Amino acid sequence: MTTTSIDTLRSEVAALIVEALNLDVQPQGIDPQAPLYGDGLGLDSIDMLEIALVVSKRYGFQLKSDNENNQQIFASLQALTEHIAAHRTQ
Amino acid sequence: MSGLPLVGGRGPGDILAWRPQGPVSVARYCADALALAAALPPGRYIVNLCEDRYHYAVLLAACALSGRVSLQPSSQSEATLRQLACTYAGALAVTDASTPLPAELPAHPLPALQELAGQPGADVPHIAPDTLVAILFTSGSTGMPQPHAKTWGKLVANGRAEAQALGLLDAPHTLVGTVPAQHSYGFESTFLLALHGGCSFWSGKPFYPQDLADALAAVPHPAMVVTTPYHLASVLASGVALPPVARWLSATAPLDVPLAAQAEAATGAPVHEIYGSTESSQLATRRTAAGAEWTLMPGVRLEQQGDTTWASGGHVEGRVALADILALHEDGRFTLQGRHADMVNLAGKRTSLAYLNHQLRTIPGVQDGAFFLPDEEEAARAGRLVAFAVAPAGERAALLAALRTRIDPIFMPRPLVLVEAIARNATGKIARSTLEALHERWIRNAR
Repeated sequence: MTTTSIDTLRSEVAALIVEALNLDVQPQGIDPQAPLYGDGLGLDSIDMLEIALVVSKRYGFQLKSDNENNQQIFASLQALTEHIAAHRTQ
Repeated sequence: MSGLPLVGGRGPGDILAWRPQGPVSVARYCADALALAAALPPGRYIVNLCEDRYHYAVLLAACALSGRVSLQPSSQSEATLRQLACTYAGALAVTDASTPLPAELPAHPLPALQELAGQPGADVPHIAPDTLVAILFTSGSTGMPQPHAKTWGKLVANGRAEAQALGLLDAPHTLVGTVPAQHSYGFESTFLLALHGGCSFWSGKPFYPQDLADALAAVPHPAMVVTTPYHLASVLASGVALPPVARWLSATAPLDVPLAAQAEAATGAPVHEIYGSTESSQLATRRTAAGAEWTLMPGVRLEQQGDTTWASGGHVEGRVALADILALHEDGRFTLQGRHADMVNLAGKRTSLAYLNHQLRTIPGVQDGAFFLPDEEEAARAGRLVAFAVAPAGERAALLAALRTRIDPIFMPRPLVLVEAIARNATGKIARSTLEALHERWIRNAR
């Protein structure tokens, strides 16, 4: 995937998260490198389940937490976007 | 031999746990527990942070067999762990590899069990019934976690009572839990139910719907999924194709009847619920779609004084006041009428608004503050808390960061709204109507 298309996808994912979780931040205000979980955006496990649902509906694949490592996929908006880019089927 | 067995009602060759590496027999489990008991560093208190359910189970047994006590805080916030370190001198956290070591407590990585090489013996070890085995915690209103001690005899009775209530004693199931073993519901329904209710358990903790499908594909059937309304709703909404499920078990938050009916229709499996609390242990069960009445577990008694209900008998430790308002029926069953106003229960974690308010108000720079749980209809997302704070010099991000070190993430406010003042009435209390008005004003301004 080119840098431009990753950037486009990242904006789309940010908007999807803000809308799904009804966060009171602007999508472009999310730091791509900051953790989504805990200290960064402050998401929790319920949020991750909700994101998993919208991601599966929008991008056509199921998130899996191999080795229970949710933190890795949700390490940052950038990490989540790259995960989606690598696994999307639609 | 005196005492009650570590694993009840089964032979040494029976399977207790299923891991990705293969099945684990009762004898292997006992050997692993005895070997770990001998390898643990000295000290009476162990905070069991293991995420792998088999690791958790071996560590808990190792503690019980060596006179140690398993501490199981409901939150792993920095403040809670620091509090444990102060209250329980010498407390040590034990973790498996995937868990980060907490900075607030001395920590010890779980030794590799295959290297301890415990040799399976012929007998299942026994533990005296009055042995203090675990302390579970609820958040007290002043910020001090409240301990709830659990003795071995009651825990054994607990596992058996649940199995009897769910009809599992003669029909053992494989338990696949989406909930952690450390919290009271997971502790009882994935660990005690396996040890003393004739069941076996899957070592993993599936999180996403696809994880659950994979776990169900890896275990023998019939399988019971031990889960929460959140996970159940998420699995159904995902449309992921699941291997057969024989039964669903839900607890930690009320399960909607339509959701239970939808789960039964989609999977052909009955959905049962557990009622209980960390203080009282589990008390009753019902099949959600079959009616609102709860049936008490064997031996448990309820009595009422005013609108307070007390539980005792059976596996209940002492006499415990319940946080809910109950209507008792003549046939011994009961229905829930509501909750005492201060309690909040989200995704399996219970706390009180008083506790959350205390944490918010003691952040430096916060002059006043209050948490608020909006009614379902007006909340943007069900079950999410809102908080209002008066902090003239405060920056919202800094306040949120401070709050995050004090409370469980699940209770973090969405949103935290900075206001100029929160009106208090003549007795110095903040009325719910005041918070409702602030909330309405925030919604209007936000749109």
